[in-house]
Amino acid sequence: MKKTVNLVLIAIFSVVSLSAYGSESGIPLDKAPVNIDDNASLQRGAESFVNYCLTCHGASYMRYNRHRDIGFSNEDIMNKLVHTGQKSGDLMLSSMRKKEGEEWFGVVPPDLSVIARSRGADWLYTYLRTFYRDEGTATGWNNLTFDRAAMPHVLYQLQGEQKLVVKTGDKGEQKSLVLDKAGQLNSAEYDKFVGDLVNYLVYLGEPHANERKDLGIKVMLFLLGMFVLSYFLKKEYWKDIH
Amino acid sequence: MSNLFNSMLGWVDKRFPLSSNWKAHLSEYYAPKNFNFWYFFGSLALLVLVNQLITGIFLTMNYKPDASMAFASVEYIMRDVDYGWLIRYMHSTGASMFFVVVYLHMFRGMMYGSYRKPRELLWLVGMAIFFVLMSLAFTGYILPWGQMSYWGAQVIVSMFGAIPMVGETLQQWLLGDFTLSDAALNRFFAYHVVTLPLVLLVLVFVHILALHETGSNNPDGVEIKENKNAATGIPVDGIPFHPYYTVKDIVGVVVFLFVFCGIIFFAPEMGGYFLEYNNFIPANTLQTPDHIAPVWYFTPYYSMLRAVTVNFLGIDAKLWGVILMAGSVVIFCFLPWLDRSPVKSIRYKGPYFKIALGLFVISFFVLGWLGTKSPTPLYTLLAQIFTVIYFAFFILMPLYSKIDKTKPEPKRLKE
Repeated sequence: MKKTVNLVLIAIFSVVSLSAYGSESGIPLDKAPVNIDDNASLQRGAESFVNYCLTCHGASYMRYNRHRDIGFSNEDIMNKLVHTGQKSGDLMLSSMRKKEGEEWFGVVPPDLSVIARSRGADWLYTYLRTFYRDEGTATGWNNLTFDRAAMPHVLYQLQGEQKLVVKTGDKGEQKSLVLDKAGQLNSAEYDKFVGDLVNYLVYLGEPHANERKDLGIKVMLFLLGMFVLSYFLKKEYWKDIH
Repeated sequence: MSNLFNSMLGWVDKRFPLSSNWKAHLSEYYAPKNFNFWYFFGSLALLVLVNQLITGIFLTMNYKPDASMAFASVEYIMRDVDYGWLIRYMHSTGASMFFVVVYLHMFRGMMYGSYRKPRELLWLVGMAIFFVLMSLAFTGYILPWGQMSYWGAQVIVSMFGAIPMVGETLQQWLLGDFTLSDAALNRFFAYHVVTLPLVLLVLVFVHILALHETGSNNPDGVEIKENKNAATGIPVDGIPFHPYYTVKDIVGVVVFLFVFCGIIFFAPEMGGYFLEYNNFIPANTLQTPDHIAPVWYFTPYYSMLRAVTVNFLGIDAKLWGVILMAGSVVIFCFLPWLDRSPVKSIRYKGPYFKIALGLFVISFFVLGWLGTKSPTPLYTLLAQIFTVIYFAFFILMPLYSKIDKTKPEPKRLKE
């Protein structure tokens, strides 16, 4: 029920959803399976994030102990998320120094705290699934969503290696990716893995989003009550005018 | 109890004009009884102003005006400060809603001729409020120090550089540096939290004082003060502001808050219009974004800034852009003298005015929409056409308002 109300309210108030998110290459973006009410998915995403992303990227506006919001206990946080000898109240800093990042990748890997708010979930979901082998780049990888991305395919052991297939038809060049070498996960499993990770990135972008919507329903109900009261108060006073 | 209250009030009244002011501005301030929907936006603007002041104070408690810390401090507010996210969204949504409310408030004035004699000064003070509001929005938007904060500010600041002779010096003086940097962030912070709010408060006070001197206009454009009850001296078509309009405005406030809170709690980014997606990327002085778009309320003027593409009359295209942009806002100040119609309200004005106002509104929206887009030859052409229409509304007004076929104004309010 609460969820339905939430969805209706979100639909009403995001009438202007002409998305300003960009995808440099203009390829159609796949819809990310975002559901920040799904704690199990967020927890899986958080663990993957810590294991695969946090080495190079920071989430330096986020504290480890905030993850109690998504159902982790203090022990879980220390065991599953904090691997670098930090305390649970510390910020999630990258273990890589900025200078190293610049030397290794040419750019400092961006902080990921609010990446879902600047890129959008669908872009991230598509991006993490469209890496392919390209011997012409420094890393040996390229990306269909973000051409010449500085980041190599960190998840290739899971996804396997894709290669680019270019077909020239009547509509011009059609680029697609095919799996060349299988990884540890099959395609559906990998999509789910990335889905959880992106779901977590959405949560990470705005940890208070659920609290915001819950409080919002109470405020709207209060205002409805206020409307009835104020409307009849006005009517009562204005009786003698009309 | 009431005796105690009366004697306390008497004590105060001997020392401070409390009762007399209460009467003059509320319980015995007579407003026309036919205010409609459009008359809610003045009091709503006051509400949003209070919202901005209060949430702004709490934001300054945790915000750091330092180029290396500003972005992080906003995220600190969003995550670690208790209800910081709420305060921040109230402030960011409030900024946009301030413009929504003020634009509607101004449009009301244009429809019903509220700028006409004897309210010219009231209108001019209102325009001064609008300028300060724009400066507040601009300086405030810089503070999160995101990519759009930085590059949007670059665009605005470079406009000063386009002014002949003094441009570059003026620009450096404004920035306190040769480029937009920490020094500029600090001074814009000072303007945003001290200078401009102070000026705004004074102007709002003067605006209300001027309003209560002339009395409010109304949808019929009839002066209610010209028809007073001979015995009491009270306008026949007037009703005391308090309690009638206070209780009515409360309904307006609740309805407004429904929309306002709906945005805060369910769509705080408003699809990238209230909080731009690119502003979630920290400012990078070395990386110009492909597409710089101001927040929605500046986009009509931004379109006009970009509309001029050729140098003419010996003036540089960039300077023309600046002139048009400044002109598009300043020209509102001349409305009281441009309008030559014998009647005030759109209800009694003829077809020419209605068509002109309609075209003006369309051009404002189209220019606003174009301002969010990357320029293409077609978009630039459209921007040029609608810039001409925008200015024609004002410049041709002395002509069409004079020859327009008007209906006679009634002596009394019709409703």
